[in-house]
Amino acid sequence: MGRTLLKKVWDLHTVRPLSTGQTQLFIGLHLIHEVTTPQAFDMLRSRGIGVAFPERTFATTDHIIPTLDQARPFADPLAEAMLSALERNCREFGIPLWNLDSDRQGIVHVIGPELGLTQPGMTIACGDSHTSTHGALGAVALGIGTSQVRDVLASQSLAMSPLKVRRISVDGELAAGVFAKDVVLEIIHRLGVKGGVGHAYEYGGSVIDAMSIDERLTVCNMSIEGGARVGYVNPDETTFDYLRGRPLAPAGDAFDRAVSWWRSMASDPGAGYDDVVQIDAADIEPRVTWGINPGQSVGVSGRIPSAGSNGGVAEALAFMGLAGGDPIRGTKIDVAFVGSCTNSRLSDLREAARIAKGRRVAGHVKALVVPGSQAVRAAAEAEGLDEVFRAAGFEWRGAGCSMCLAMNPDRLEGRQVCASSSNRNFKGRQGSPTGRTLLMSPAMVAAAALAGEVTDVRAVLPASAS
Amino acid sequence: MEAPLSTREIDRIEGTAIPVRGDNIDTDRIIPARFLKAITFDGLGDHVFEDDRAAMPGHPFANPAYAGARILLANENFGSGSSREHAPQALKRWGIEACVGESFAEIFRGNSLAIGLACVTAPPDAIDGLMSRVEAAPATPLALSLAGRVVEADGLRVAITVEDQVRDALLAGTWDATGLLLDDFDVVRGVASRVPYVRGF
Ligand code: SF4
Repeated sequence: MGRTLLKKVWDLHTVRPLSTGQTQLFIGLHLIHEVTTPQAFDMLRSRGIGVAFPERTFATTDHIIPTLDQARPFADPLAEAMLSALERNCREFGIPLWNLDSDRQGIVHVIGPELGLTQPGMTIACGDSHTSTHGALGAVALGIGTSQVRDVLASQSLAMSPLKVRRISVDGELAAGVFAKDVVLEIIHRLGVKGGVGHAYEYGGSVIDAMSIDERLTVCNMSIEGGARVGYVNPDETTFDYLRGRPLAPAGDAFDRAVSWWRSMASDPGAGYDDVVQIDAADIEPRVTWGINPGQSVGVSGRIPSAGSNGGVAEALAFMGLAGGDPIRGTKIDVAFVGSCTNSRLSDLREAARIAKGRRVAGHVKALVVPGSQAVRAAAEAEGLDEVFRAAGFEWRGAGCSMCLAMNPDRLEGRQVCASSSNRNFKGRQGSPTGRTLLMSPAMVAAAALAGEVTDVRAVLPASAS
Repeated sequence: MEAPLSTREIDRIEGTAIPVRGDNIDTDRIIPARFLKAITFDGLGDHVFEDDRAAMPGHPFANPAYAGARILLANENFGSGSSREHAPQALKRWGIEACVGESFAEIFRGNSLAIGLACVTAPPDAIDGLMSRVEAAPATPLALSLAGRVVEADGLRVAITVEDQVRDALLAGTWDATGLLLDDFDVVRGVASRVPYVRGF
């Protein structure tokens, strides 16, 4: 029987079986940021251990940085202390850091692919659950906690239990106004937020095949929201074309040799899967979450479910202040956020700008667009997207995580409702303990910003779209 | 600062329990993101479930009857969401030494193991039985035995499931993986030298 990409990568990177029954896996690329690493470096120091492969470790700052005034020291002394600690640790251990003054700075899951650092066949680890994003290029990318960050710093390896592989095949054609975000929200809705526990999700089928790398990044990003530790797409011509010419991708003859190796790492045609799920693209419409986990979503033409005897639904509706049986369309919003490692790439900003162009954000809505990286920001400005957004009444910000988790000045207040292109609608996620999040695609966020309420983006698509 | 490498063998955990009812309780709820803005894990124990405690006056972590509990009882998919190790760190610093639930999110379980916090599972009706017993009498002493794969609560015996590798790591005191991973570092270098992208194609 053929092997999956997961199995090939796993076998290649196996250091040895451990006495605990786990496998010691070599980690080819370690990405770090300011939030989950200071304690890991302290643990190394207190044990007198160094960093094994500083040249395979790269740092940036994203979670805590302000997106408006980035003058140092930051107004928030805690944020300043975190970035200072990262700077100190990178200096001490010889790790390259793309700081605020670097045009390579950005959300860690945006810059890895963008720089060509993320490549097929790699094992990647980062102290952030959305590390699954990098699987879009055919890598096995693992989100880890701080003690595991310490382990990777110390040994460039991790103790891992085996994963099953579920193939999720999305076939057919997406309708206009239906995006990668809707595909992954549909998958999580169908399989549940814990459906993927113990699994890697391998995404395939004609819809995934036809997607750009940006779109695949969006899908893989939210694998973790479905409980899967890892999500990936097999590398193909789209992948190779994307990587060609990127600053940290192989160049010249090495690129050609890399492509033939990358090709060999894709799942074999007869590979065995632990299970297979089929999804028909025709069933997918623009989706919106109505609850407090990313599985609680509904098509935009649908109705919010009634709680009945379901305690989880009742709790979600009570928190959200929504009534079961009501249409989701027409739900009033206060804030609109286009950004996060899920949807802050150039193509996401283009889709949102296409909706916003020549229109105005509703008077009561605060709307912001936060590019995922300095490179995305520069590219968007070169196309004049910043002007489109500003003219429509959106704020145009510096690169960072921003209102995805509000460890920075961007946050909801009180019970505000936010139409958000991010990935988590947990209680309190966007900074106010009672704040409410509706997850949707960037185009849907833009449409909601204009209407002041949840609306069907398909009704406001410019003519060229269909 | 973390103590130097000092792993310890973990088998029996005895003490009272705290029931946290609900599925999919995510790590943003266990420890809201604003408390991650720190360069140590110190003091996290004070902020466990802070927003839930404020929003729900009846929250178990706001109930003095459960103060001092050492075993947390949970339903399905406890610890979902963010990979922040701050969640198990906060629980551990509050005093929790083991979690018994219907199921746990994968990264949470791994992060817990890495700091010697045992996460074990039991079927829904068994969890409900334990929760009901503890809710009726919070002072009920529980005893969890990893070696025996059982939790006992005042005569009620519940069989628990725990992966062999997790149980062995806790029993043998090898749950802090750093030492294990550095045991044979030449092999790590060997793998690095055979991986095409490390060699530069
Ligand atoms: S954008 Fe959000 S989900 Fe992504 S890395 Fe930043 S905080 Fe995490």
